Amino acid sequence: MAIESDVLVIGGGLAGLTAGISAAREGAHVRLITHKQSTLRQASGLVDVLGYVDGEPVADPFAAVPDLPADHPYRIVGESGVREGLALFDDVTDYRGDHTDRNALVPTHGGTVKPTARYPASAAAGLASDDRDALLVGFETLVDFDAPLAADHLGAAGAPFAADGATVRFPGDLRPDAKVTRYAHLLDENRPVDVDGRRLPACEALAERVRPHLDGHERVGFPAVLGDDDPAAVRAALAAELGADVFEVPMGPPSLPGLRLADRLYDALDEAGASLETGVPVVDHEGGDRIERVLVDRKGATVPYAADQYVLATGGLVGKGVESDRGGVREPVFDCRVPHPADRYDWFEDGVFGDHAFARFGVDPDGELRPTDERGDPEFENVRAAGSVLGGYDFPAEKSGAGVSLATGRSAGVLATEAL
Amino acid sequence: MASTPHVAVVGGGSTGTGIARDLAMRGLDVTLVEQGNLTHGTTGRMHGLLHSGGRYAVSDRSSAEECIEENRVLREIAAHCVEETGGLFVKRPEDPEEYFEEKLRGCEACGIPAEVLSGREARRREPHLAADVEKAIAVPDGAVDPFRLVVANAASAGQHGARIETHSKVTDLLVEGGEVVGVEVEHGAKSGERVHGVQSGREQIRADHVVNATGAWAGRVAEMAGLDVAVRPSKGVMTIMNVRQVDTVINHCRPKGDADIVVPHETTAILGTTDEEVSDPEDYPEEQWEVDLVIDELSELIPILAEARTIRSFWGVRPLYEPPDVGSEDPTDITRDYFLLSHADRDGVPGLTSIVGGKFTTYRMMAEEIADHVCDRFGVDADCRTADVPLPGSEDVDLLRDYMDEFGLRSPIGRRSVERLGSRADRVLRTDEPNPVLCDCEGVTRAEVRDAIDDVGTDLNAVRIRTRASMGNCQGGFCCHRLAAELHPEHGEPTVRDSWDDLLQERWKGQRHALWGRQLSQAMLNYALHATTQNRDRDPAAGGPPLDYDAFDDGPGATDGPSDGRSPTATDGGDHGD
Repeated sequence: MAIESDVLVIGGGLAGLTAGISAAREGAHVRLITHKQSTLRQASGLVDVLGYVDGEPVADPFAAVPDLPADHPYRIVGESGVREGLALFDDVTDYRGDHTDRNALVPTHGGTVKPTARYPASAAAGLASDDRDALLVGFETLVDFDAPLAADHLGAAGAPFAADGATVRFPGDLRPDAKVTRYAHLLDENRPVDVDGRRLPACEALAERVRPHLDGHERVGFPAVLGDDDPAAVRAALAAELGADVFEVPMGPPSLPGLRLADRLYDALDEAGASLETGVPVVDHEGGDRIERVLVDRKGATVPYAADQYVLATGGLVGKGVESDRGGVREPVFDCRVPHPADRYDWFEDGVFGDHAFARFGVDPDGELRPTDERGDPEFENVRAAGSVLGGYDFPAEKSGAGVSLATGRSAGVLATEAL
Repeated sequence: MASTPHVAVVGGGSTGTGIARDLAMRGLDVTLVEQGNLTHGTTGRMHGLLHSGGRYAVSDRSSAEECIEENRVLREIAAHCVEETGGLFVKRPEDPEEYFEEKLRGCEACGIPAEVLSGREARRREPHLAADVEKAIAVPDGAVDPFRLVVANAASAGQHGARIETHSKVTDLLVEGGEVVGVEVEHGAKSGERVHGVQSGREQIRADHVVNATGAWAGRVAEMAGLDVAVRPSKGVMTIMNVRQVDTVINHCRPKGDADIVVPHETTAILGTTDEEVSDPEDYPEEQWEVDLVIDELSELIPILAEARTIRSFWGVRPLYEPPDVGSEDPTDITRDYFLLSHADRDGVPGLTSIVGGKFTTYRMMAEEIADHVCDRFGVDADCRTADVPLPGSEDVDLLRDYMDEFGLRSPIGRRSVERLGSRADRVLRTDEPNPVLCDCEGVTRAEVRDAIDDVGTDLNAVRIRTRASMGNCQGGFCCHRLAAELHPEHGEPTVRDSWDDLLQERWKGQRHALWGRQLSQAMLNYALHATTQNRDRDPAAGGPPLDYDAFDDGPGATDGPSDGRSPTATDGGDHGD
């Protein structure tokens, strides 16, 4: 006996969730299992599709897809596959950017800008092509965002608006090393806090601290900690107090926009009727040309899970869907081949942002996203791969990580269902 | 004497700063010049072993005696730089029994406290030692932070009136009438305002005497006066583990060989080393086999090293020297002793003395000998006090207590800060401003980073070696931008960005030798954070053609900008923000 489903998705990141949602919407009985926390908490929460090709900025990512190398995941799913992945995403989230094919430029917490295809509503007022002047506000204790420096950096990056920066003390009595969720919850709850000898609701108190720096700026950007449960309400409250639009500047880990996105996608998975189990690693697999079942570690017990079709969405080097040692690189769940140079000193370049081979490590898929062996044949007829477990593309350089996950996740989900 | 002699010391490693401190304490007027950061050369690239002398107890007893003597001195004067780890010489079945006995007798003869432990007793101290380790000799080896020690020496020299110039490269020795009368230096400046030292540009520093304490570079400096000093640089690799597999220094008890020592150092353990003669102390190959060798060999002593996470590797260059008529073939045969070369006596060129060879552990003794020599030349009658007067930071070691409540720092962070700062902790940590942690891996707070910046300005590598920020598991992935931000607004945005880039690149350089397993995962995460989240790799501010902002989306409600064929949904920008 085994725990059975039509489609078993392994991995709970953007690709796995997209695969699970799309397969479930196609009518399959889907089960999604994850081992660790989703790497979405490490990501900014922006959805990049294609920001650069050969180092040149890309305004229209869809137009650039046909020029990519033949083994790029986008070439396997095609421009239509990219559009359908995004359409699914747009359907289940309230992200912005679907009104145009063009990329948006979003200010980063380091003070530069980057091209992205979809951005959360919270970042919408911050777009860098918008020429309204902006005030950036940082908090003394939130060390990842230095607002005056970021404002100067935006100037150096040629942004078409004037940016100023101010650093204020966050109201309320948070420790200097408080977690970002503490800031967010304080604003969500909007409880009274002491500020300059008065007691004010938290959002009002924050606005009080910012107001002296406002100086006519039409929009105000904060680090992305403006609420966890109801960020729209926090922004609205701040905007009303300040008489200016309010936006979030995406941050590094732990990323609230990334966590909010993960929550939204888990809800969508549930709404689509799929089941979900977290904290369960796959430890072994059985089968020959077809995977019959996988063995899952559940609190120390080894439990078999059987499915007709499998989607491998375990992530890349970061998510440990691709592993390495001094001798080589492999995909650990199904032991699929990961092409890589034999000498590990050929895995990297000397410059920190060189054209690193390791950035492209991942399984080598066929036209149906099935990982292939040395001869180019599918390793298993019923395993498809999606997201950063796929090789052949350098998502940090291209700014294509989320887009590849959406496009290949949706495609793998649909292909798996069609094969049932 | 009519006036105080002025001495120019070339070299900002342990020896150079030790000499500067000693001479300044004796009342001489000292200027020290260093081409890079303090510890830029060999000192910053060692494994941090404070020798007990046990290592030399068979081959070189006079060195062993010097080591144990200085070991005791440094525990007193540099307590905040030294961790009294103890050390073991462990014997595996294939290691010769005679050598073990010789080592033991040598330690006794040299006055090095030594105790024989059974294999079981050794494993009780260090549980990760291999099951077949037969026995061990326990000696008082220790770990020392070379950065902290050198900074403290320089600070002490400064307190006694010395001028310390880093990033100041000697471009020539001034020779007049067959005598060295000073140095010409090029003070470093990076783009714009990134002046590292007191000034930028070229300067002639005239001196009554010049001391060449440049280690592996000593031959190059001497050559500027037409003198031949045949230093034989020898490279060695050190591989850094992300945790301490051992809390004691572990030496392999065998006659000689590569890859035979593990030194616990702060949060890490350092594996070493190889010994390969090189022709150029600045340009030599850093090879994969060397990293593999230290891991493979030392895994025989400590098996978990085979699967453990390494975070980077670095290479150091030993300043080996032997008198011209010895002619050793193998660098491991060359003595670790030091040599004072008086160019007046040796070459008939007064005004210059070189110090070559030697070991970090005996830096203070070498400095004392040089300072005696210089004082003799000028008839200065002043005693050396460097063995008795504690270094700045070690004046009151009782201050090494838990500062958790006092500075609002969580317990382990407070303790680590105080360990790093020693008796300077009060002054640095007592701030009215919030003092959040900037480097999570090493628990370094803003107050410590600002203190270091006050000391060294825009050079974030110099900030790093003073604080350990960016030296942990993530190798700067999460903190480089935080450190850079502390330079602003005192320094302008382009300067901050330049410093930030330098630190990113420096952190990458050593990590390249650890790119497999979890450190490769970390490298990919860092790359994703820097390139994807921050877009550091394609920063429009970094140059190239300006970004055409108009070609990009300016929001669903915007009315200006190029049309993409769809009607704007609002005309007043009212859709912005939500």
